[in-house]
Amino acid sequence: MTDDVILQVKGLRTYFSTDEGIVKAVDGVSFDLRKGETLGIVGESGSGKSVTNLSVINMIPSPPGRIAGGEVLFMGRDMLKIPAREIREIRGNKISMVFQDPMTSLNPFLRVSTQMIETLVLHQGLDKKAAKEKAIEMLKLAGIPAPEKRIDQYPHQFSGGMRQRVMIAMSLSCNPEILIADEPTSALDVTIQAQILELMKEMTARLGTAVILITHSLGVVAGMCDTLCVMYAGRVVERGPTGAVFEDPKHPYTQGLIKSVPRLDKASSDRLFSIRGQPPNVIDLPDCCPFYPRCDKAKDICKRKYPPATESGPGRSVSCWLYAEAR
Amino acid sequence: MTENEILLDVRDLKMHFPMGGGFLKSKKSYIYAVDGVNFQIRKGETLGLVGESGCGKSTTARAVAQLHKPTGGQVLLKGQDLTKLRPSELVVARKNMQMVFQDPYASLNPRMTSGDIIAEPMRIYQRRGVLSMTKKETEERVEQLMEKVGLSRFFKNRYPHEFSGGQRQRIGIARALALRPELMLCDEPVSALDVSIQAQILNLFKDLQNEFGLTYLFIAHDLAVIQYISTRVAVMYLGLVAEISGSADLYKKPLHPYTQALLSAAPIPDPKIEQERKRIILTGDVPSPDKQRVGCNFYDRCWKRMDKCAKAVPQLKEIEENHQVACFLYHDEGK
Repeated sequence: MTDDVILQVKGLRTYFSTDEGIVKAVDGVSFDLRKGETLGIVGESGSGKSVTNLSVINMIPSPPGRIAGGEVLFMGRDMLKIPAREIREIRGNKISMVFQDPMTSLNPFLRVSTQMIETLVLHQGLDKKAAKEKAIEMLKLAGIPAPEKRIDQYPHQFSGGMRQRVMIAMSLSCNPEILIADEPTSALDVTIQAQILELMKEMTARLGTAVILITHSLGVVAGMCDTLCVMYAGRVVERGPTGAVFEDPKHPYTQGLIKSVPRLDKASSDRLFSIRGQPPNVIDLPDCCPFYPRCDKAKDICKRKYPPATESGPGRSVSCWLYAEAR
Repeated sequence: MTENEILLDVRDLKMHFPMGGGFLKSKKSYIYAVDGVNFQIRKGETLGLVGESGCGKSTTARAVAQLHKPTGGQVLLKGQDLTKLRPSELVVARKNMQMVFQDPYASLNPRMTSGDIIAEPMRIYQRRGVLSMTKKETEERVEQLMEKVGLSRFFKNRYPHEFSGGQRQRIGIARALALRPELMLCDEPVSALDVSIQAQILNLFKDLQNEFGLTYLFIAHDLAVIQYISTRVAVMYLGLVAEISGSADLYKKPLHPYTQALLSAAPIPDPKIEQERKRIILTGDVPSPDKQRVGCNFYDRCWKRMDKCAKAVPQLKEIEENHQVACFLYHDEGK
């Protein structure tokens, strides 16, 4: 199976220096992404989801940020060591991105055509005319009506959902190996979210693109992802196939998270389960399990040492002393 | 507490905002944000208001609170029509109706301590002579309220920036409770919060309701949250109520095509269910509420539309006990 792995992240650490101390936004994250797979990264705000993915494409603003350690192997090359000039040939071409807010990620001063053609001319070596044809074709695939006309409009002439369609069309126009989608539907309404997710699923399946989907919504992960990573305070606390993790979550945080979401398909019970306390401040976090103050099963060792990742089933691992000790 | 006592009765509420027009243009245009909304809230229940952005949920809540002067219609709070009150009378009536806002960062004054924020409503009413409380009583009340919403009273000298999002929302709730209102208008109070904190705040709302017999108008765009918190749910689309029913009923048996689409679009956190679900994917976006339509507002996106729907606006009609829907599919004469 390892032949299929196109992206391998090993022990990634990304730190930010601030006046208050060092923020360990990402602190030892590892995961693999296989060809054509959709990987979900879930976690609450500040858990390090977005920083992980910015690190993967080596786009951490430095200073204040820096990648303090780890490897990101994309097709055998370490993204963190590739010179800036070469990485530009990968970004937007082999690995492309869709961000949360489609208004701020499109240039408001340029027509959609200019922005789409630029990418295609730069990465695919097409001439302008061929690039425009290709761009129109992509917009059509993305379900934009009358793409020949719409392509010459400016971003503000599109609605939120339509802009996100443009972003998806643009990011897939170079047939990337990996699409990183950072909360692509969080700014959209439910009915539009359903449209966009459906579109992403369909287009990436057709092109065989692997997807890293960052989201805080467990519902979106359940519907979209083959595998998932649950992040908490800069670490991956649990990962595995989506079905298995939802059915039998191992980490107390994953368990709590799944139980604390109200569910449409189940009649409301009297009280929701809730995880007590709040997510920790990631400034100068000691080397303990960051979840222990909120954990019902916390033991002595949890306060002293971060638990190692332990295998907890086929393709699954969990970082929790409940399971580490059994070995 | 009698079950059927109606606390809030909103009749044909309209809120139109003027756009442009003015000096050179002869004709003014309007945004028809809320265009004839009807609902009632009984004492002790929670009416959930759902819909997509721009459907008029928040405008409805603000028009009920008279933060916007409604263009038309009546808002009866315990039988008293708020739209007809003089400003001084309105102040007294509002004491019984408080709001909790979405953004816990924007809705608290950053220069006031949490204690002062919670005490402010009481101080305002003392100054106006509506409420008589001594300084000491006010202080005690603040401390009680803080403990009630799950904050330590030792935090009362801290400023909002020293609190997390969830804690700030607790301060906002304590402030709303300060005047012992019967009705709370909650405008997306949990939308800005993380999942684990959202569950804590939802539980807090339920606990407070049980303890004080509060009545909520609860706005959210997350259907699962609405189902959890509400006794009854009103679904809004483009300034109108499409359907109202008991919350369990609505989820089991949605009638309006828009409600059906909305429910099927909402993701369920269970991979097994998600893989087998058939979605009704609506085409297009929510249209802009800048014109009044001849027919049903949902006509353009509806997959069950009939000729009739383009010609007349379906009225909200009781189909079964406690279940009203505004759709010609269910109006007898429609078939």
